[in-house]
Amino acid sequence: MHMADALISPVVGLSMWVISAGSIAYCSKKVKEEADDRKVPLMGVLGAFIFAAQMINFSIPATGSSGHLGGGMILTILLGPFAAFLVMASVLTVQALFFGDGGLLALGCNIFNLGIFPCFLAYPFIYRKIAGNKLSKGRIITGSIIGATVALELGAFGVVLETVSSKISELPFDTFVLLMQPIHLAIGVVEGVVTAAVVMFVWNARPELLNAVSRYEPVGRINMRKVFVGLLIAAAITGGALSWFASSRPDGLEWAMFKTSGKEVLENNGGVHASLAAIQEKTAFLPGYGFKKEEREIGIETAARPSWPAAHQGTSTAGLVGGGLTLLLIVLAGLGLRRRAKTVK
Amino acid sequence: MDSLAGGNSPLHRLDPRAKLITTLFFIVTVVSFGKYTVLAFIPFFIYPVYLISAGGLPAKFILKKVLLVSPFAILLGIFNPVIDRETMVHIGEICVSGGWISFVSIILRFILTVTAALLLVALSGFNAVCEALTKLRVPRPFVVQLLFFYRYLFVLAEESNRMERARKTRTFHRGAMGFRAFVSLIGHLLLRTLDRSERIYRAMCSRGFDGHIRVSTAIKSGIIDHSFVVVWSILFIFFRVYNIPVELGEFIMEVF
Repeated sequence: MHMADALISPVVGLSMWVISAGSIAYCSKKVKEEADDRKVPLMGVLGAFIFAAQMINFSIPATGSSGHLGGGMILTILLGPFAAFLVMASVLTVQALFFGDGGLLALGCNIFNLGIFPCFLAYPFIYRKIAGNKLSKGRIITGSIIGATVALELGAFGVVLETVSSKISELPFDTFVLLMQPIHLAIGVVEGVVTAAVVMFVWNARPELLNAVSRYEPVGRINMRKVFVGLLIAAAITGGALSWFASSRPDGLEWAMFKTSGKEVLENNGGVHASLAAIQEKTAFLPGYGFKKEEREIGIETAARPSWPAAHQGTSTAGLVGGGLTLLLIVLAGLGLRRRAKTVK
Repeated sequence: MDSLAGGNSPLHRLDPRAKLITTLFFIVTVVSFGKYTVLAFIPFFIYPVYLISAGGLPAKFILKKVLLVSPFAILLGIFNPVIDRETMVHIGEICVSGGWISFVSIILRFILTVTAALLLVALSGFNAVCEALTKLRVPRPFVVQLLFFYRYLFVLAEESNRMERARKTRTFHRGAMGFRAFVSLIGHLLLRTLDRSERIYRAMCSRGFDGHIRVSTAIKSGIIDHSFVVVWSILFIFFRVYNIPVELGEFIMEVF
């Protein structure tokens, strides 16, 4: 459920970047303040563990599908929220850079969806509240199942909100929500069960590890007010940026319309077209003069009725010819460069 | 991926900061187009094509990586043709609906943004990207975390592969494992990981680790690096403002 660059608008992407970058800076400060040297290699190796563990699948009985460990919740349980958030962010960064999973602009969204929810909502307000200071089998299991499920549901909802507000995908909000939430409820429960089982395994084998971690973060260490203020700021940034765009561009479609048709009208008066017209008048073989007139009509037409500005045979043929030609030029340039690179070597 | 970064083209030698900034600018520009953009994306392919050819990278390998992660974008994009059925363009006798156009647009966006991100690492290497991040004032603990994570990624992936292989050979390759075996496997992997981190920590201490990681930042940037950023940025803005294929096509059509 990684968001992809292709599905988000720059406003959404950049505002999520701001939020995630701020959280990374804050967590870095916190981890530095903790000054626990041991955590430096521990965080790195645990990140790698999550990555490696995701490669192992198990079969879910009676469904024919398979599941694996997600990671956010178990990291938080082992490391505490601040360090876990940094680990999660680093895992997602490497996934974006090396595997193209997600993407660089969508990285902010992904860190938000998969990092902030488990580390700063599900862990302090669900897992810690249920598991408490005195760990017991039942509490750990309930806490991690509910925690992981809620975190994943929130993450999936984040994906929906980011996708819908970007307006690149046509999926309407309600359909998308109905599609995402139930699937992720199932995934979340599976992840919760796996998390609980692995935590229990560690607890049985080496109980001192978990006790040590729960000593790192006494309950109430995370300031409730700070979390809410943080979320409020996040909401303000996204809301502000989105509404600003929403007001000037009522709708992605209309905006695109306006943009393209507006430009065409401009070009008609502009220097490019004037000179083109001059050339054309001299060199016209086809009776192409009507072309420009038609274009102007299209410009007016599209402003009134929302359809693609190129909804005219002439223009779309021109577009295809031009597109093909541009592509050809790029391929030639690439081949030329490659040959040069080889001769230089 | 990292072995590609060992190449020695002028692009490899470029300041990683320059490549990072240009890549980000490229992605933001591409993504800023409206949702029915198709033709205007074509000129943008010059950037990845340039990086691949001038950097001497294996195009097929990169392409394979892009295809590998495409399902999510395709999955979400495929709803567009289903929902948005209004005809938008006629190509000859064929009517194309708006949904198909926005679907193609999503695919193009996807290819452009993902290749740009992959090429950044392929041309710089992860360590250099991290160096660039330090120079760009990304908090030190996060950069250290990235470096550590990346270093042990392959070690642990190898370890989990070994464990899985061991299980397979003992179960005569009988399909996926059950839940109990899975938990025990992951649990042991986790315990080994924790032990490993303790060993690493001791090794670091015995080599004089004092709680600070020093990331070497020996990168310098000269006129070439600056101009790389500036020239490409101007080009991207130019592509953003002028729809080159349409202009070119119109020009050709008018000439003939």
